[in-house]
Amino acid sequence: MYAFNEGGAIPVVDPTTADGVFTLLWLVVALPLAGAAILLIGGRRTDRWGHLLGTALPIGSFVISLVLFISLLGRGDDERQVMQHLYTWIEVGHLNVGMDLLYDQLSALFLLLITGVGSLIHIYSIGYMAHDPRRRRFFGYLNLFVAAMLVLVLSENYLGLFLGWEGVGLASYLLIGFWQHKPTAAAAAKKAFVLNRVGDMGLSLAIMMFFVLFGSTSFHVISEAAGNASEKQMTILGLLLLLGACGKSAQFPLQAWLMDAMEGPTPVSALIHAATMVTAGVYLIVRSNFVFDRAPDARTVVLVVALISLFWGAWIGCAKDDIKKSLAGSTMSQIGYMMTAAGLGVAGYPFAIFHLLTHGFFKADLFLSAGSVMHGMNDDVDMRHYGLLRKAMPVTFLTFTMGYLAIIGFPGFSGFWSKDGIIETALSQNILVGVLAALGAGVTGFYMTRMMLMTFFTDKRWEKDVHPHESPTVMTGPLVVLAALAVFGGLLILNDWIVDWLSPVTGTAPHESPPIPALAISAIVFVLVLAGAAVAWLVVGRQAVPRTAPTQVSWVTRAGREEVYGNVINDTLVVDPGRHLTAGVLATDRYVVDGALTGGPVAIGAVAGVARRAQNGFVRSYALSLLGGALIVALALLAVNLA
Amino acid sequence: MTAFWILAPIMVIAALGILFVRKAVHAALLLAVVMISLAVLYAALDAPFLFAVQIIVYTGAILMLFLFVLMLVGVDASDSVVETIRGQRVLASLGGLALGLVLVIGLGQISLGTAVGLDDANGEGNIQALANLLFSKYVFGFEVTSALLITAAVGAMVLAHRERLTPKPTQASLAAQRLRDYADSGKHLGPLPPPGVYARHNAVDTPALLPDGTAAGSSVSRVLAARGTVRSAPALADDIEELNRQIGGATHAGRESEAAVTTTETTPATGGEH
Amino acid sequence: MNITAYIVLSGILFTIGCVGVLTRRNAIVVFMCVELMLNASNLALVAFSRQHGNLDGQVAAFFVMVVAAAEVVVGLAIIMTIFRTRRSASVDDASLLKY
Repeated sequence: MYAFNEGGAIPVVDPTTADGVFTLLWLVVALPLAGAAILLIGGRRTDRWGHLLGTALPIGSFVISLVLFISLLGRGDDERQVMQHLYTWIEVGHLNVGMDLLYDQLSALFLLLITGVGSLIHIYSIGYMAHDPRRRRFFGYLNLFVAAMLVLVLSENYLGLFLGWEGVGLASYLLIGFWQHKPTAAAAAKKAFVLNRVGDMGLSLAIMMFFVLFGSTSFHVISEAAGNASEKQMTILGLLLLLGACGKSAQFPLQAWLMDAMEGPTPVSALIHAATMVTAGVYLIVRSNFVFDRAPDARTVVLVVALISLFWGAWIGCAKDDIKKSLAGSTMSQIGYMMTAAGLGVAGYPFAIFHLLTHGFFKADLFLSAGSVMHGMNDDVDMRHYGLLRKAMPVTFLTFTMGYLAIIGFPGFSGFWSKDGIIETALSQNILVGVLAALGAGVTGFYMTRMMLMTFFTDKRWEKDVHPHESPTVMTGPLVVLAALAVFGGLLILNDWIVDWLSPVTGTAPHESPPIPALAISAIVFVLVLAGAAVAWLVVGRQAVPRTAPTQVSWVTRAGREEVYGNVINDTLVVDPGRHLTAGVLATDRYVVDGALTGGPVAIGAVAGVARRAQNGFVRSYALSLLGGALIVALALLAVNLA
Repeated sequence: MTAFWILAPIMVIAALGILFVRKAVHAALLLAVVMISLAVLYAALDAPFLFAVQIIVYTGAILMLFLFVLMLVGVDASDSVVETIRGQRVLASLGGLALGLVLVIGLGQISLGTAVGLDDANGEGNIQALANLLFSKYVFGFEVTSALLITAAVGAMVLAHRERLTPKPTQASLAAQRLRDYADSGKHLGPLPPPGVYARHNAVDTPALLPDGTAAGSSVSRVLAARGTVRSAPALADDIEELNRQIGGATHAGRESEAAVTTTETTPATGGEH
Repeated sequence: MNITAYIVLSGILFTIGCVGVLTRRNAIVVFMCVELMLNASNLALVAFSRQHGNLDGQVAAFFVMVVAAAEVVVGLAIIMTIFRTRRSASVDDASLLKY
């Protein structure tokens, strides 16, 4: 299975200096960053045109990214890694970190995804946030997020990646808690921030270990010297990186924050918590392929984590009635697919990235369509209050359907190509992983069909004062574009283009045929999906859906509604002991430390209260003590002289 | 050493007296005894200049200053016998006794040998020798001391100075005040009556007699009245019979009867009602 | 001639002055006792001057006298000021500066 590891065919990052059109690379980051600065520093005077500027700048970035991508296509394979040195960021002792941007096949795809989908979501937000008094600030945060995400994928070293990593964390925190007047939103933002810190600890430890082992944090240096490190060191590094990836990508066991993160505005859920930021963990693992290729044990752990997350998220997605939280569970599950692919090694990396891209398209489409539904339903998120919306919102219904077909892997749609690619690769590498991944596809079919039926089919279950209506063009426009991408995103796999494109970065895997023909695999998976859809139709399509969630349900549903007890586990294992520890430390501080600290002065004060009586104001008493002192000195002199 | 053995007991007794006498004036006088004795001892120790300075500066100037202040504060001011600070007297006595014992024992232990004597040092005269030292080796200290003296003098003036808070009364304002008092309370406008002038008593302590034979209290100083040393003119005429007899028996009935009327008159303690 | 007797006398006078300072309450008498102590030390200085055969001790005694004079001037002025405001020359009455 890992035979190719000994082959030494692990690619080295060796970029050429940027020239020509590639010198514009820094602008991709600078434009949204400038937008964030202008909108956030400019304050209220930018309120009137802030959202327009905030949308125009990412579009500008997208245009530059497109130009760069086309230029990269025109180059030869060995010239497709370009580095632009901006300035020396840190220079302390042996640590020399440059603000370097690396533009290669991998980051080129990410650039297009982030700026492309990001721009569409910016446009969508103009309509979605039209009535929010703090819309300008929202766009400032979005721009900040885009800039940070671009730094993350463009940086040539781990420290710059970490800068972007923390930047997207900050933006995520600000945007989850954007409606800060809601206590749930504020708590969700805090929860996301804290859980991400756990992952960040792993990443920062990994960066420190890189520096200790290789004296640098640059991809170029590390990928060249990685062969000198032992497998054990590489395994530790891989596990630390995996911890960081788990935090950012909401994988088990750091998944609990993603469901609460749905408290943020829906464009945020679409951009940050579906399409881009949460996939940063996958990017980290693929980018660190020179570590994971040398650490098979770490890859096994990645596979285990990925499969647990795959089913964990799907389980949540099956049980939740909140459309956004159900989609969040689905996101977690789909990232599980990507991580599975990444954990499979060289053969899986291209499919991880491919699924990441298609998922970015169809999940953004699904989230934005859900946002459009909520927009028409007075911001109600409970699917039990929907029903028969296909009549009221035809465009949204259409775009949602495209996304739905893509995610369940309907043949021809983008999700079909990427997911089948992962399952095929898994089957050819490891039968067990492949079977589990195929089963996961069936579960996906179930929960997505359930969502589809409850929202757009079945009976009307609306509140009396709700009048569902189609969203304005500024919102449906991006939806249509994203739906088109969800449908045609699969074209990237045409003629194995993406595999060949990425091979200089991820390495070339020897072709291994799956145990059964690829067509048969696709058929089996499709049957599984259809079975899942059929079960969903049996559960919610055939019979009336109650407006309130039934309480007499099986433990499976109950656990799913409780997010498979992720929060309970966290509370029991970490939060409560932490709380008790804090209480204990507080009590120790209050009674022991403060007691010692204030007890001393109290004792001194008591002694002084007695001793100050000596200061009785009578000059003759003072003279008496003077005489006493003189007497002691005289006696001492006498004693010394007589002795 | 004769002078020493005579003066030493006197000095110790006088010093102890300072401890025990109650009146401050007596203490000052006893201190003068100690200082003059000291001056004599200085002379015996070949220090004639200090002998003169001790008498002139210490006994003459400083002690006189003490007496002046005593007069200002009140000659009668004396300590009360009751000790206010608990244990102060006992502890002070014990401490003093211990100090004295330690000093005497300690100094008694020293064997100084024969004194060198000042015959050589005083060769060209004690004052000249002192001047040589004072204006060469100790000239800086001398100058500093002069500065100290000037500072002390200025400081004493500042401390003793009293700010005038009301304008100084002029003759015109005093006259106006008198008339105001007369208008308000009918107080006598003119000067106070002079004391009585008698054949045998022409003294400030005997009040004048008013036409009705009573004594005019305001004619004697209030201080004398406060002390109770005012005398009564009629009372002094008690021995008139005796005197008449002595000078020849001439009787003057008129004066006798007048005297009989005023015999019972006693001296008023305070004047001012008239 | 031995000066031990002078020194012992000086010590006795010093002790008496010391006890006087501690026991008397009239500020002026206390001051007089301080003068007594200064004079006792002067006697010791003059005696030692003779013992050692140089005049430094006498000069020192002279300086003590000058400083004592300055001290008396200022001290008595202070006593006067206190008496003026408090109508008392007792050192125990000026005891407000305390705990």
